[in-house]
Amino acid sequence: MNTVYSIKSNKTALLEGLKDGLPIGLGYFAVAFSLGVVAKNAGLSPFQGFLASVLCSASAGEYVAFTLIAANASYIEVAIATFVANARYMLMSCALSQKASPDMPFIHRPLSAMYITDELFGISIARKGAFNPYYHYGGSITAVPLWAIGTALGIIAGNILSASLVSALSVALYGMFMAVFIPPAKKDKIIAALVVISFILSFAASKFPFICDIAEGTRTIILTVLIAGAAAIFFPRKDEEEETAA
Amino acid sequence: MTKNIYIYILIMGAVSYLIRALPMTLLRKPIKNRFIKSFLYYVPYVTLAVMTFPAIITATQSPISGALALAVGIITAAIGFDLFKVAVSCCVTVFITELIIMNL
Repeated sequence: MNTVYSIKSNKTALLEGLKDGLPIGLGYFAVAFSLGVVAKNAGLSPFQGFLASVLCSASAGEYVAFTLIAANASYIEVAIATFVANARYMLMSCALSQKASPDMPFIHRPLSAMYITDELFGISIARKGAFNPYYHYGGSITAVPLWAIGTALGIIAGNILSASLVSALSVALYGMFMAVFIPPAKKDKIIAALVVISFILSFAASKFPFICDIAEGTRTIILTVLIAGAAAIFFPRKDEEEETAA
Repeated sequence: MTKNIYIYILIMGAVSYLIRALPMTLLRKPIKNRFIKSFLYYVPYVTLAVMTFPAIITATQSPISGALALAVGIITAAIGFDLFKVAVSCCVTVFITELIIMNL
């Protein structure tokens, strides 16, 4: 038994994770509430919203899937949209797999992978030393229930709230999206250009004849693959830049 | 054809989990392919940007409040507000703007 996985340090890591997960969970709660409004439009019950959030824990992924469900999309469309919207988690999962110690028991790999979210990945990858699954579990135990309860409450209270409050809450998700893509765009001119191009093409696609008839979620998939694919061809990343992906 | 919401949720959950679990469990060595690495790197920013605009302008009761929320979101995120504060700033912007518009 090595010191890294001693019971005492695991307990400390778990407690630290529980504490660090709290501010994340509070942020999740507010955003999940507005996601619940979208879920309600898709016809989900509070329990179904809770279940979807426990199983997926992905704001953008759930948002896209709910808008597709609202449009009565096919199962395969939902699967593809979920894949595309969550593709970034593959990169994060790759990064965490590199940080994990070879001594770590295998079971922690499939278990800790369940809740690789933007923020929980962020605190786990930023923590000193090898990846500690117990720290990650601690963060998940605090943050994920708040995410799931927020979604369910959004579905319940979406009815009660006035139209102006629903309107105000409906932009919370977009605010969260901007908090993810604006800071890196500020540091990296290529990302800034991609954001502008994405805005322009997304707007054009919503107005252009025939293309605007394609479901919104499907347009998102097509535009993402085209724009990110072209960027990967014309502006491939240098190896030393990959750490900024965190 | 009517579809079952539980099947939708199951698909969402399964895809979300596999995306996260496959690299973590199977990958013990770094990805070498530069195209795949670059593509995966750009995907989150592009997909979130595509989803944000023009949707944010049509989500609100008035396109003006949505446009202002977009501007406020970009500014607050650029000056370093965290995720929660950016989201709240956008909501408050829409609420106040629509309050003003309604009372004009």
